[in-house]
Amino acid sequence: MNSTTKVEGSNDERDVKVFTISTCGWCKKVKKMLKEMDVEYHYVDIDQLEGEESKRIKEELEDYNPKKSCPTMVIDDGEHVIIGYKEEEIKEVLGDEE
Amino acid sequence: MRNKEEMREYVEKDAEENDYYLCPDDDLLEDLIEGLVENEKRYGYPSCPCREASGTKTYDSDITCPCEYRDADVEEFGMCYCGLFVSKEVNEDPSKLGPIPERRPDEVIKAAEEAKGKGYDKKVVSEAPSVEEDIEVWRCTVCGYLAARDTPPPVCPICKAKAEKFEKFKGFS
Ligand code: SF4
Repeated sequence: MNSTTKVEGSNDERDVKVFTISTCGWCKKVKKMLKEMDVEYHYVDIDQLEGEESKRIKEELEDYNPKKSCPTMVIDDGEHVIIGYKEEEIKEVLGDEE
Repeated sequence: MRNKEEMREYVEKDAEENDYYLCPDDDLLEDLIEGLVENEKRYGYPSCPCREASGTKTYDSDITCPCEYRDADVEEFGMCYCGLFVSKEVNEDPSKLGPIPERRPDEVIKAAEEAKGKGYDKKVVSEAPSVEEDIEVWRCTVCGYLAARDTPPPVCPICKAKAEKFEKFKGFS
């Protein structure tokens, strides 16, 4: 089973993955912001996982963020990791440089 | 199970009693209240919407809203971890809302994670003799630490033994 969801966007320069909790307000803010910025991204709600998959994804998250708190955004396989809804930092890293 | 309006009343009342304010960002406030309703439906108690619940009540007691970390977080950062409860200052200047560090200790997070889906609560409850007193006292069988609270602490603050190592304390004989 694969619980990772892809959200399409025209800005697909970087590989963006977000670890989220389905009930978390800050995670919703991050999802909304990426959508508004038209960034293509993947997300996985860690509270909706079970068994082996849960273990695997939690271990992956732990590598980037030992507290396993959400939202945790991983860009280009960990080249840049943003923990929490840090609006300015997200804009800076993923915004279009015009 | 409370619906959204009842949950809103619950947090409003709690904020008022403690001199806190509710999240000044209306969208975030709505999402957080919905999260609490959803978690109560899922687990039977309103576990923190911004943290992963284990689904085992004993291990989530510290993160059941209002969580044990709220007062220290509002004191230090002007808001609880989710931003549901805020100080007067943050209420007046919502731009101060933002991510704060997770205060829940690592060993508690780990213990809760290991307890996930194992049903330790059943074990704790079935072994417990019925006691009439209002407040339970739990004794750590490893180091002897005593804790007065409804459920055993997720992790012994002294020796780090897990909740299932606690038993109900019936007094010195
Ligand atoms: S962080 Fe806030 S919303 Fe979450 S459980 Fe604590 S008091 Fe409730």
